[in-house]
Amino acid sequence: MIEIKNLHKSYPMGEESLHVLKGLNLHIKEGEFVSIMGSSGSGKSTLLNIVGLLDIHDEGEYFLNGQLIQNLDEKKAAVLRNKFLGFVFQSFNLITYKNALENVALPLYYKGVGRKERQKVAMEYLEKVGLGEWANHLPSELSGGQKQRVAIARALVTNPKVVLADEPTGALDSTTSHSVMELLKEINEEGMTVFVITHEEDIAAETDRIVRLRDGVIISDEVTNRKVKA
Amino acid sequence: MFDLDRWREIFQTLGKNKLRTILSGFTIAFAILLFTLLFGIGNGLKHFFEEAFAGDAANSVYINSGITTKPYKGLQSGRRIQFRNDDTKFINEKFEDEIAFFSPNIQRFNVLTVYRGNQNNYTVRGVYPDYLPLESAVIEKGRFLSVLDLKKRAKVVAIGRMVEQDLFGNRSAMGKNISMDGISYKVIGVFSDPGGDRDERFIYTPFTTAQGMYRENDELDYFGLTYDPKLNVDQALQFTSVLTRILKEKHSVDPRDQGALRVRNYAEGAKNVQQFILVLNVIILFIGIGTLIAGVIGISNIMVYIVKERTKELGIRKALGATPGSIVSMIMQESIFVTAIAGYVGLMIGVLVLRGLGDSLEKYFIVNPSVETYVVVGATIVLVVAGTIAGYIPAKRAARIKPIVALNDE
Repeated sequence: MIEIKNLHKSYPMGEESLHVLKGLNLHIKEGEFVSIMGSSGSGKSTLLNIVGLLDIHDEGEYFLNGQLIQNLDEKKAAVLRNKFLGFVFQSFNLITYKNALENVALPLYYKGVGRKERQKVAMEYLEKVGLGEWANHLPSELSGGQKQRVAIARALVTNPKVVLADEPTGALDSTTSHSVMELLKEINEEGMTVFVITHEEDIAAETDRIVRLRDGVIISDEVTNRKVKA
Repeated sequence: MFDLDRWREIFQTLGKNKLRTILSGFTIAFAILLFTLLFGIGNGLKHFFEEAFAGDAANSVYINSGITTKPYKGLQSGRRIQFRNDDTKFINEKFEDEIAFFSPNIQRFNVLTVYRGNQNNYTVRGVYPDYLPLESAVIEKGRFLSVLDLKKRAKVVAIGRMVEQDLFGNRSAMGKNISMDGISYKVIGVFSDPGGDRDERFIYTPFTTAQGMYRENDELDYFGLTYDPKLNVDQALQFTSVLTRILKEKHSVDPRDQGALRVRNYAEGAKNVQQFILVLNVIILFIGIGTLIAGVIGISNIMVYIVKERTKELGIRKALGATPGSIVSMIMQESIFVTAIAGYVGLMIGVLVLRGLGDSLEKYFIVNPSVETYVVVGATIVLVVAGTIAGYIPAKRAARIKPIVALNDE
């Protein structure tokens, strides 16, 4: 599903440049539940941004769903993101003036789905994350855990190939964190590839495979919970 | 292409961000309102001055005769110059091309006019049918003198509105016979004159009738004419100076003699008025453009602010699959929509206020303040275009920001 070969990425920092990713090789197969572990500055967010087509790599090859990602202009990237990827962010990134249902339905709008269909599908996903009754509430009226569930429903609504979660529990207490991870696990069990970035050991422990990153290099890659299917 | 979904999205964004919408809408509405009011009041001033100088046709020329003040060609000074019918023919033939309307005139003051016990003294003028446009007079009822009246020396009169009012009260004078110095004339028409009451107390009768009645020969008093309106002010002045020179020659008057022949050309005054109105126009235009620029700057600032404020939202949209094009067109459509609606509102308020003012500011030299539709529509279009450009530049920039940067924007 995601294949990375010798990936490099640097950021210009004034005169010099900061070499963040130093030749990563990673292969994530369909249906995996993977976490990238690392302290801040290890390059894990950069990796997620590149995988999520939110940023461009300098060197190496990146295949998403078998498609080589190169010379991507913004428009193509937007279409690919919409088609293949679902995002869950640490800070939820819900649109504040849209209610839960509208937030979930937004990716479908950009996919070009009709209004009625959008609402129906969005409602299905909201119910799936247990927030059917909260459909007409604004994000400001929801708790952190609820917001993140809305964000997860939004990530799922286009039926993507991969769900990318950047510190999905970073802003949540441990009980809520656990329930969010349970939700992601459920989604994974239905066959979705889930890619989580975290710096918390216990969050990573809930995934099936942990990739540890330090200073832009993968230092370990262990399968912790081999599933029957994989 | 009409995209209902797009419009729903826009209405929601506008509706949910009321302060923002109102702020930008207010700027536009206010700019257009100010523009309309200033322009309207400027036009009011213009109307006043145009009206004030509208007593006679602006291109009219009057030729009077007097007494020579200088001896010339063996003739002594103190000689009275008398126009006769051959002068009429002479002027008409010499200046056929330049003259639009032309009439000799015989004037009789203090003619006792009676209708059934009502009586008053009026000035009676014997003129050609052409005299009506010369005075800028307008026929209200019936008709003015005709060529046939002139030929038949008909005893008919066209009377001013005030004459009718004086002698007939509320009744119509049409077809009635009035007596002037004991002779009966039939009223064939009633006219009004923008020159006011004084000009509406004249009685016009055919030139030939008047000449037969008040003169024993072919003498006449003065000439009135309007020159071809296609002549510009300088050409008009040129025309009158040639006219003066030739007439002086014909009557053996010293070219430097100012008293014997007087040619009054309204072009001179018209030139000043025209210049004044031109300056007024420039001032109005300047104010209008200034207001528009202020509005454009206002809307530009607001658009920049709006896009800045929405950076994060735009980042989210991009992460969810919005293409840069869809971001740009969304912002621009919002911007155009708000400016167009607000511009229209400002315009309507402005037009209503101007209409409400009406002529109530007449003592401040403002008459019928109003704006031409095309001016305001043009101004609104300018603002809409400005709003579009103002929206486009930051929108383009926002669309180019990497979603990851936009997402990190707080």
